[in-house]
Amino acid sequence: MIKVFVPRDAAALSMGADAVAKAIAAEAKKRNAKVEIVRNGSRGMLWLEPLVEVETPKGRVAYGPVKPADVPSLFKAKFLNGETHKLSHGLTDEIPYFKNQERLTFARCGITDPLSIEDYRAHDGFAGLTKALTMPPLDIVTEVTTSGLRGRGGAGFPTGIKWKTVHDAKADQKYICCNADEGDSGTFADRMLMEGDPYCLIEGMTIAGIAVGATKGYIYVRSEYPHAVNTLREAIRIATEANWLGRTIQGSQHDFELFVRMGAGAYICGEETSMLESIEGRRGLVRYKPPLPALEGLFGKPTVINNVLSLASVPIILDKGGEYYRDFGVGKSRGTLAFQLAGNIKQGGLVEKAFGVTARQLIEDYGGGTLSGRPLRAVQFGGPLGAYLPNDKLDTQMDYEAFVKVDAMVGHGGIVVFDDTVDMAAMARFAMEFCVIESCGKCTPCRIGSVRGVETMDRIMAGIERERNIEILEDLCNTMTDGSLCAMGGLTPMPVMSALRHFPEDFNRPVRAEAAE
Amino acid sequence: MSKSTLEVVIEPPTGSAERARSICAAHGDRPDELLEIFHDLQHELGYIPDLVLPVIANALNRSRAEIYGVLTFYHEFRRTPGGRHNIKICRAEACQAMHTQTLCRHAEEKLGVKFGETTADGQFSLEAVYCLGNCALSPAMMIDGDLYGCVDKERFDNIISDLDRGAAA
Repeated sequence: MIKVFVPRDAAALSMGADAVAKAIAAEAKKRNAKVEIVRNGSRGMLWLEPLVEVETPKGRVAYGPVKPADVPSLFKAKFLNGETHKLSHGLTDEIPYFKNQERLTFARCGITDPLSIEDYRAHDGFAGLTKALTMPPLDIVTEVTTSGLRGRGGAGFPTGIKWKTVHDAKADQKYICCNADEGDSGTFADRMLMEGDPYCLIEGMTIAGIAVGATKGYIYVRSEYPHAVNTLREAIRIATEANWLGRTIQGSQHDFELFVRMGAGAYICGEETSMLESIEGRRGLVRYKPPLPALEGLFGKPTVINNVLSLASVPIILDKGGEYYRDFGVGKSRGTLAFQLAGNIKQGGLVEKAFGVTARQLIEDYGGGTLSGRPLRAVQFGGPLGAYLPNDKLDTQMDYEAFVKVDAMVGHGGIVVFDDTVDMAAMARFAMEFCVIESCGKCTPCRIGSVRGVETMDRIMAGIERERNIEILEDLCNTMTDGSLCAMGGLTPMPVMSALRHFPEDFNRPVRAEAAE
Repeated sequence: MSKSTLEVVIEPPTGSAERARSICAAHGDRPDELLEIFHDLQHELGYIPDLVLPVIANALNRSRAEIYGVLTFYHEFRRTPGGRHNIKICRAEACQAMHTQTLCRHAEEKLGVKFGETTADGQFSLEAVYCLGNCALSPAMMIDGDLYGCVDKERFDNIISDLDRGAAA
């Protein structure tokens, strides 16, 4: 029986992976070939999806992007023996894009069958939790503090300190909440992990529960990710049956129950307090802080809120030790980040690297430059609230502090590339428009400032009193930055002002009829 | 596929109130499960008819205003019926970098509706969405929960006509 891997990741499905899997099964039947099709997660080389792999004695051999029509010719070329074909890329592990990564959090993603617990355990799964079950809770917190892990959702707050606060809080019930409301354009790492290695997240959350004394956890997933929701629900069911979740986990004294909650298309629910409101069944209005969610979070109880990738980094930290993880990275940015190459890029996908790699290395060496082949003009880092940087800033090292120095942020590791056809005034206007659409409305600078921002941008683009309106725009951005309740209104000025700073010529173009688009 | 301009009174599907009551019960009549209740209802009825709001309010022991407030906060929930197929095209930055604006204009022309509208034959609703998590394969689109990547005009037309044929068969 030859194993053939066809990903079940949503990105692979979006390029026809299901049809390819069907075609392979049908062709194998016709030729009487014994084939076992495994639906794995994605390796993250998304421009090659659907990436079909065949297990051979030498290792897994990759073919992609495969269309159903390519399947007969693959069989004819004996791809089941790993023979060459026009879509062949040789051994998957030797593809430079993949080989040169440092996969810690995504070590299993794309390799295993996401729902097979046996497969998960065969690849070091539950090793971290097995250790944690025998450790005093405070030692677990210390291990995470030692690792230097910082919040991967974008804010970069030290995870160990957050856990310590919840650990020290006294309460009859505590919660672990996983923020899987990955709404930032240009990011898909959370989705890839939830679909490709869900037990890793489950394991990380269970360890967090043991560390701080929480017995219940919620994963808040956006409704735009139906595949992730289904995979997680199934994984939780299987893990509970196998006693990796539920009561007295693996014969220990620890209980941990996990629930999935689906969002409903509100970007603001990625803000942690808005997410808590949403899990409680309310409008996603941002809460005032203090009280910190660590002390009064979900249902008013002490709550750890972490991003998917923060929690999914915990199993390897417990398994190999905090120092092992800390030895990756630079300065105060320890470990690895899953960078996501997106937008106008030739080789888009996920690149997990230690902090310290430069943006240019990621975009040029891995990404291969723009897909259109036109000159790169701007890159947005860290989602819709992140800065646009021009080509000459791309040698900046990817770490939290170095990015702050160029008035930008690493955020969740999203990197969106634009070629020279981009109109940066239009992008600045869109940032304001997005804030209008997604503001929760609780604070005035965000709710009204964004509306005024769109109007002011319209005047600038229409050529009405440009200098005066740019001054108004700057003033408005200052008000939003200083006066907003959360990062939505507080950071919307970042893309706007960075566009104005680095691409002033776009704010002073001859008026075009379609400028308002 | 031309645009509907008539205001019609929409009769909610029969048994909506009963379904709302039993879905609430299945969720233990818990107020924190409200979003899940709305998701289940929308999945069954296609939208959330106004007449179920007092039913839910009653079951969860919350005010009607609160239930209405939650329903209208979230973009995902519909208060009127959509088309048989719900087309969501991503308009966020990564897809803009791959000219989703061109795709959006094409979709509006092809279907003869604007974003937020449904074709007169009830076949397609067109909605904007901000990120589907398929940003390396932009522009992205989702139809009835199925994700599509690298959607250009030609691919869009093929997908739409396949769905149209599927409905006719």
